[in-house]
Amino acid sequence: MSLLRVLRAGIGATVQDAGRRHYRRYGVTPAGPMDWGAFETANFALGNDPERAAAIEVGPGGIEISCEATGAIGVAFCGGGFFWQRDGADLGSAARIFLRPGERLAARPGSGSFAYLAVAGGLNTPVELGSRATHTRSRMGGIEGRMLRDGDVLALLAEVAPLAEGEISVPWLERDSSPLRVVPGPQDDYFTPAALETFFSAEFRLTPTADRMAYRLDGPEIAHKSTYNIVSDGIAMGAIQISGDRKPLVLMADHPPTGGYPKLGHVARVDIGRLAQLRRGEPCRFVRASLEEARSALVDRQGQIATTARHLRRLR
Amino acid sequence: MNARFLPAGEAALVVEFGAAIDPTLNERVRALDRALAGRTINGIVETVPTYRSLMIHFDPRLVSTAELIEEIRGLELDEESDAPERCWVIPVCYEAPYAEDLAEVAAALGLSPARVAQLHSEATYRVYMYGFAPGYVFLGGLPAELAISRRPQPRAPVPPGSLLIAGGQALIASVSMPTGWYNLGATPAVLFDPKRTPPVLVDIGDRIAFEAIDRASFTALQEAAAKGGEIARIRNR
Repeated sequence: MSLLRVLRAGIGATVQDAGRRHYRRYGVTPAGPMDWGAFETANFALGNDPERAAAIEVGPGGIEISCEATGAIGVAFCGGGFFWQRDGADLGSAARIFLRPGERLAARPGSGSFAYLAVAGGLNTPVELGSRATHTRSRMGGIEGRMLRDGDVLALLAEVAPLAEGEISVPWLERDSSPLRVVPGPQDDYFTPAALETFFSAEFRLTPTADRMAYRLDGPEIAHKSTYNIVSDGIAMGAIQISGDRKPLVLMADHPPTGGYPKLGHVARVDIGRLAQLRRGEPCRFVRASLEEARSALVDRQGQIATTARHLRRLR
Repeated sequence: MNARFLPAGEAALVVEFGAAIDPTLNERVRALDRALAGRTINGIVETVPTYRSLMIHFDPRLVSTAELIEEIRGLELDEESDAPERCWVIPVCYEAPYAEDLAEVAAALGLSPARVAQLHSEATYRVYMYGFAPGYVFLGGLPAELAISRRPQPRAPVPPGSLLIAGGQALIASVSMPTGWYNLGATPAVLFDPKRTPPVLVDIGDRIAFEAIDRASFTALQEAAAKGGEIARIRNR
């Protein structure tokens, strides 16, 4: 059986798949990758179906693993500009490689916050409520519902012959600090026009409390017209909630399925990964987008990412 | 259909029937949920019924918000549910250490802690939705005297089984999570178990009555629940 051993797990490393679907109606958080684009890119590089395959989401603490298999296994990594090394030799920040028995692969944090390490065929951790995605707050999925620890052993779902090694060279993994697109609603009418104007013109900074559940931003106050209590309704990833402290709280992968604060808008899915990759203290800005702009940008990006395997160059 | 269609980004749509906690609105939500479950609309991933709206998560590659709205407008809603009406009796303890915020709520509302517990336990609630965290049961029917705003900032995690109130709503928390609500007591009943199908015990539309118990009974029932005993029971009508 093919295994990966976690030699050293930095804070924030978890097993994630596309997310836990069909149980939000029972209050279950979907979880899944913080940066879906990087997650799908790593999986598509190996020919995995990113709707099904589970991979390691590496957090700001990095990771080091070793291969414990009878033969070479195919792995791919990308996202967040992390620095990857095989047995001490540099591999860049995005590549598909094969890892032979005994070889070590290590990632150090880069410009962003999350990298993905996918394996050919996907990880075989237990399925809970239809998914392998880890949600640490409800202790669900992954390894015992927690972050990875030194010494954890992860089994692979299938023996897949590794593909040729190559650097993943794709434009959507490049750093882009243009404003994040936001589709207003459903409760943008809870805010004064001046407050909305402030939101779409000011600069915000990611606060140190940011985690997989929500990114709290610091910046000018966004005033409600009157109340900040609404009767709880549904929440989707990227919802920009403004609570009593008048600061934006963007709901991320571990968002609750419902909430009771007014939502000014939603960060477009195509830009969620860029927000997820922000480091604490880094700035961001927002720009209005129409529903159709957000949708076509997302569909275009999904189409591009599905072609990842065609964008491999010879490994340097 | 008399509803507002509110996009929640390009991959989710809120169909809002009103802004109140009202059984009639909630029945419309359930009727739309049933209607969508009974047919195949390409691209719908899942639906989330709430007090007064249905959130529809969808795959924007397969359907657009506009197309989805068009499909829903054409649906006929049958608000008569044929599910039997059930009333659950759930034991709860309003004593320390299970009632962390009882004194704080009493002081804020100008009531005695005993009166807050009495008002909370004597009401009969209706299950309106699940949300926020796995198995969190959201209830309507909280007495108006117990209306208190949410906290401006969330408090430290509450233990599983906590009874919470805020914003005129009540809920039972099934797992430990930070919350912007106030903790009045706790139940030893296990209302959410991922190994059950479905993972929840009570259904939207069911009634809930609380039965006050002391700390010793709580401990005994908690031990029984850990051995798989069912602590919540359905009252004969």
